[in-house]
Amino acid sequence: MPLYYDDDQAMLAETAQQFMAEEGAIAKQLRHWRDRDCKDGFGHGLWKQFAEMGFTGMLVGEDDGGLGMGNVEAGIVLENIGRNLTPSPFLSSSVLAATALKHGSDDVRGRWLPGLIEGEKVYTVAIDEGAKHRPETIACKAEKSGNGFRLSGKKDFVVYGASSEMIVVAARTSGDDSDSDGITLFAVPQDADGMSHDSVRLVDSSMASHVTFDGVELDGDAVIGEVDGGRDVLNAMLMAGRVGAAAEGVGVAQGAMDMTIDYLKQRKQFGKLIGEFQALQHRAAHLYSEVEIARAVTIKAAQLLDGGSEKADFMASVAKAKVAKAAGLAVKEGVQMHGGIGMTDEYDIGLYMKRDRALQEFLGDQYYHAGRVAEMSGY
Amino acid sequence: MSDLESFRAETRQWLEANCPPEMRKPVKDESDVYWGGRNATFKNDAQKAWFEACRDKGYTVPEWPKEYGGAGLSPAEGKVLRQEMARIGARQPLSSFGIWMLGPALLHFGTEGQKKRFLNEIASGEIRWCQGYSEPGSGSDLVSMQTFGEDKGDHWVVNGQKIWTSYADEADWIFCLVRTDKQNKYQGITFMLFDMAGSGVSTKPIKLISGNSPFCETFFDDVEVPKSYGEDCPAYVGEINRGWDVAKYLLGHEREMISGAGGGDRTAAIGAAMKRNAGELDPVLRAELAQFDVDALAYSAMGEKFLDELKVGKAHPAQPNMMKYAGTELNKRRHELMMAAGGSRALEWESEETGGGKGARGWLRTKANSIEGGTSEVMLNVISKRILDLPGA
Repeated sequence: MPLYYDDDQAMLAETAQQFMAEEGAIAKQLRHWRDRDCKDGFGHGLWKQFAEMGFTGMLVGEDDGGLGMGNVEAGIVLENIGRNLTPSPFLSSSVLAATALKHGSDDVRGRWLPGLIEGEKVYTVAIDEGAKHRPETIACKAEKSGNGFRLSGKKDFVVYGASSEMIVVAARTSGDDSDSDGITLFAVPQDADGMSHDSVRLVDSSMASHVTFDGVELDGDAVIGEVDGGRDVLNAMLMAGRVGAAAEGVGVAQGAMDMTIDYLKQRKQFGKLIGEFQALQHRAAHLYSEVEIARAVTIKAAQLLDGGSEKADFMASVAKAKVAKAAGLAVKEGVQMHGGIGMTDEYDIGLYMKRDRALQEFLGDQYYHAGRVAEMSGY
Repeated sequence: MSDLESFRAETRQWLEANCPPEMRKPVKDESDVYWGGRNATFKNDAQKAWFEACRDKGYTVPEWPKEYGGAGLSPAEGKVLRQEMARIGARQPLSSFGIWMLGPALLHFGTEGQKKRFLNEIASGEIRWCQGYSEPGSGSDLVSMQTFGEDKGDHWVVNGQKIWTSYADEADWIFCLVRTDKQNKYQGITFMLFDMAGSGVSTKPIKLISGNSPFCETFFDDVEVPKSYGEDCPAYVGEINRGWDVAKYLLGHEREMISGAGGGDRTAAIGAAMKRNAGELDPVLRAELAQFDVDALAYSAMGEKFLDELKVGKAHPAQPNMMKYAGTELNKRRHELMMAAGGSRALEWESEETGGGKGARGWLRTKANSIEGGTSEVMLNVISKRILDLPGA
């Protein structure tokens, strides 16, 4: 398979680019909701539009009413989300939760997928326990209780948690905290008794929850996949989420870079356009090279994932780490090259820096993933 | 069976019958590489047999037309042949700047007479070529070159000096940039072809920090270059005073080659191998290796994407500059880390265990990667101007 978009994907890219530039633009979404102190952190109207475009259920199989597309296609939408800093539950709902739900029973899929595809409902996932992403250790417990389970523990960095109609929770049903086995995934509905959210606004204006489960009673239908066999589903979800986050990161990098290159062509100092200065030209050219490489490895990882390759997990970590480096460079160079105006809230470049910071942390930062690359390589 | 599949089967059979077992082992040192030329000698019978079999089949330049010494393979067939050669680890039968550099220029700009003569001589390994571009005063600013050919009617008299001429001391002919109009910077250079055996040409190898001498200084002292070598066979490629067009075309070609986009060791992750050699890795070195591997594996994906896009004309025409920049900088980092992981053993310059200081010499050699064929700084200039469209200084 060649490492570029085929005709259908190229068409999707064009559609997504146009749609997001118009409807998902910074002024229309990110600033609009932020400046109104919106408690959701995103617009439900746009989410409905995502559904009309077919985005919400793009990873859902056609038998379940979705489009049956792959992670390359989801990545195309995410790159444009990143480019416009569009606040949206797409990554958490349509990529992460949807990937988990694909492994659910007929009942589970029938209960949750239609609302997602219609854009009526928003879902998220609860994986992290603590300030860093360490999914190897799951302490949150679900004990047998009658016909169902009783869920106790805490989860962190649950994005859009308080606004989500359902949360996919990774919990321990047997074994020790650091065991690979003994994990089960649950679909926990918003109105579950004993679940509480400490919802906070993050640096990028998105919302995330610290979620406490205080003996939440769940019936057996809440289980996604097999009891004690959730690690595989969790891994599938993590791979899709990491490749998706990488794709969004490529968009953030590209958006910040485009804005900065434009600025270099407008701003004058010492009687010259600052883009004439070689000190800035070389840094801009280096940045271009890094962003191109980051995009290539992200598409590569998505193709491997869609092809069911066993290298996909490894390459997802390579991509997440590389994008973190490239996007981190793009936003830092962006603010610096904008100079003083880059520090103002009025200018958009700082918004890219904030989104990049949150996205870097989500599902593992570059240090976590570079370490994982080393471990999986055998050193 | 499709045509391509039957071609693959034939090729496999042909290679089985013609590629000696010794020629399927990795190249150990320079003596394993056959460069051809008037003074060429074969290291052993296997090298000779393999070269001659390929020459007779047109496989020294498989994709060149048959009338110029190639096998006339389509790009798809050429790819099959490369794959099948790689499968058995077959060595290149003939290495030459004629194949890599002059050939593509002649195929693009040459007259029929030039193609018939020079391409056949290259394909058959009769003539070994070298490239005369850089001068002591003209490195990155190549177009400022001063080697001058004075017009004497039916010939030029060339005076000047070239530098960094790869293997000039072993080459038979040179393709050389010569100024033929002092008033015109860009449109005053002619891309000349001439015999190094003529009087007034001398070469002097340059010893590098690696201890090796792959490059020479080349001096021209009243060298007479005829304007023509016979009917339809001028001594220059393209037009007189328009050699810069040919040079630019070739530089783009060279950057693609140097960028290592075709794979090779510079795209590979190294952390695991370093641990096998070094035993325990310092935690900070391990972290650096992990960061390197991320960059190397990502660059490898970029190489794949670049080649795929190149094939269908989707790559930006200046993208080879980006590939060359990123690939060579990565390769330098790779060798720094290999030296660090290798410890004092990697310092050995002559020991048998290190194959005569292969690691240390290789590390020093990589420092030229980001200088030759256009420095990293020139690559960044080109990216700024041609891809990012930043204003000129």
